[in-house]
Amino acid sequence: MNIVFYSLQQLVNALSIGSLYALMAVGLAMVFSILRLINFAHGDLIMVAAYFAAFALLAKLPLGVTILLMIGGAVLVGLLMERVAYRPIRGAPDVAALLTSFAVGQILQNGTLLVTRLMQKPNPLAFPVIGALSGVFTFGAITIPRVNVVSLGLGIVLLVLLSLFVTRTDLGLSMRAAAEDLPAARLMGIDTNRVIATAFGIGSGLAAVAGLLFAVQAGQLTPYMGFTPVLKAFIAAVIGGFGSISGAIVGGYALGGLEVLLTAIPGIGDILPPNMVSPGVQAWLKQWLPSSLTSYRDAFVFVVLILVLLFRPNGIVGRREREEMG
Amino acid sequence: MVLELQDVEVTYGNIRAIKGISLTVSPGELVTLIGANGAGKSTTLKTISGLLRPKAGTLRYQNQMLDRMPPHKIVALGISHCPEGRHVFGQLTVAENLRLGAIQRHDRDHVQQDVDHVYQLFPVLKERSTQRAGTLSGGEQQMLAIGRALMNRPQLLLLDEPSLGLAPILVSLIFDTIRKLKGEGTTILLVEQNARLALDVADRAYVLETGRVTLQGPAKELRHNPQVEHTYLGT
Repeated sequence: MNIVFYSLQQLVNALSIGSLYALMAVGLAMVFSILRLINFAHGDLIMVAAYFAAFALLAKLPLGVTILLMIGGAVLVGLLMERVAYRPIRGAPDVAALLTSFAVGQILQNGTLLVTRLMQKPNPLAFPVIGALSGVFTFGAITIPRVNVVSLGLGIVLLVLLSLFVTRTDLGLSMRAAAEDLPAARLMGIDTNRVIATAFGIGSGLAAVAGLLFAVQAGQLTPYMGFTPVLKAFIAAVIGGFGSISGAIVGGYALGGLEVLLTAIPGIGDILPPNMVSPGVQAWLKQWLPSSLTSYRDAFVFVVLILVLLFRPNGIVGRREREEMG
Repeated sequence: MVLELQDVEVTYGNIRAIKGISLTVSPGELVTLIGANGAGKSTTLKTISGLLRPKAGTLRYQNQMLDRMPPHKIVALGISHCPEGRHVFGQLTVAENLRLGAIQRHDRDHVQQDVDHVYQLFPVLKERSTQRAGTLSGGEQQMLAIGRALMNRPQLLLLDEPSLGLAPILVSLIFDTIRKLKGEGTTILLVEQNARLALDVADRAYVLETGRVTLQGPAKELRHNPQVEHTYLGT
């Protein structure tokens, strides 16, 4: 295959997976920035959203209605988890909040398991095929799964909308103020409960969209499928700079790019055109970067994460620690 | 009476920071709380603005009980709290900080008038309006913190240590501003370690010691009280 086409194809893959990571990571980052809470139940919310979509599609609802139900359902679950689980323990030590998020995750997983049993659905559940998201786009020699193109486009549109919301509206300004200094934000007259609920709501809605695209790619659902996405979102947010929306977005795309690079570079010796590099270099590439290295991708990702934590602990978009008051 | 505290007690865990404080502020008055570190001055202000909850006692503002009111509702009543240590939003611009001070208001035209008013009080803020607040000097940040508190058009302004850590020339600028605000009719409750300056500008004063009011009266009288002179004025 032509190396240029190959690179282009990988670039689209990187941006599409990066979009998913960014969509998931911004929810984690928004909540963390205000509450110092790492909401590990965020991944289970992605899972719940995917189940909402699956049930709606199995009930033969049209795609538009399915998406609305899915987003609405996820936002509702997100708001409910804030109201029922996190608000009562606000002000408790960070570790209590962290443990609570694991508990919420367990409840969502087991609740989903229970519902699927009661509805006599199989586990894992095959995700219904969505015509609009299946198949491939072909541009000359490049073929790209349609869902990747949709992920890329949707991700960029939603993240731009989020940025506009955060920078151009009073509620967005309040959110940034609350993230920087919560007590001072309260002194401005900001209703912090409203801002926190907004962060949960928006984060849940974006996670739901990511969950749908994730489910389409995975092809099947289990109640435990939320773990990998939340871990990836967490890594993305940490690489970018935990606690800032821009950090989560940058980190999401950085992680997507990194993963695709780590998948694409091993085995590069096999696809380089014959006369592009000297035979010696090509043989070296084949020997030292065999395609089998691809299976160590996640290990390399974690190595990069450790390096980021060592050398740039505040992430790519680093920001200083905030001062606390009262 | 604009503000009336009666036997207010506030605790941090098991520690009683305020052990029954009663005080009043009348319309247009400038009242100051003086006292050493840990006397409970800042705690009193935080309790008025709702950041802290009283364990006992009552706080009344124009016939409204503040005891159980969340901070954003207290701000809506026209009480602005300019906190100790400024607490400007360093990542946000000067203009955004001022906008946040008026976040509950929806009268855009008047908000713009008030922004101009703040820029008139502190011209340097106008020059720096698009700069991040974190890049300002300490004195400029204090001006921004006061300006931001004014954006709520407060009927009662709570000022906590506005002179802390500032060069003498800036301290006198800040106190000139406080006089100007008083002249405009704003009711002010001022917490200040610099007792001399505070007693100069205030109508009345309360002296706090370890969570209790030990002395109170017209600022002029307290200024010549031997005990105050000895402990707080160093004469």
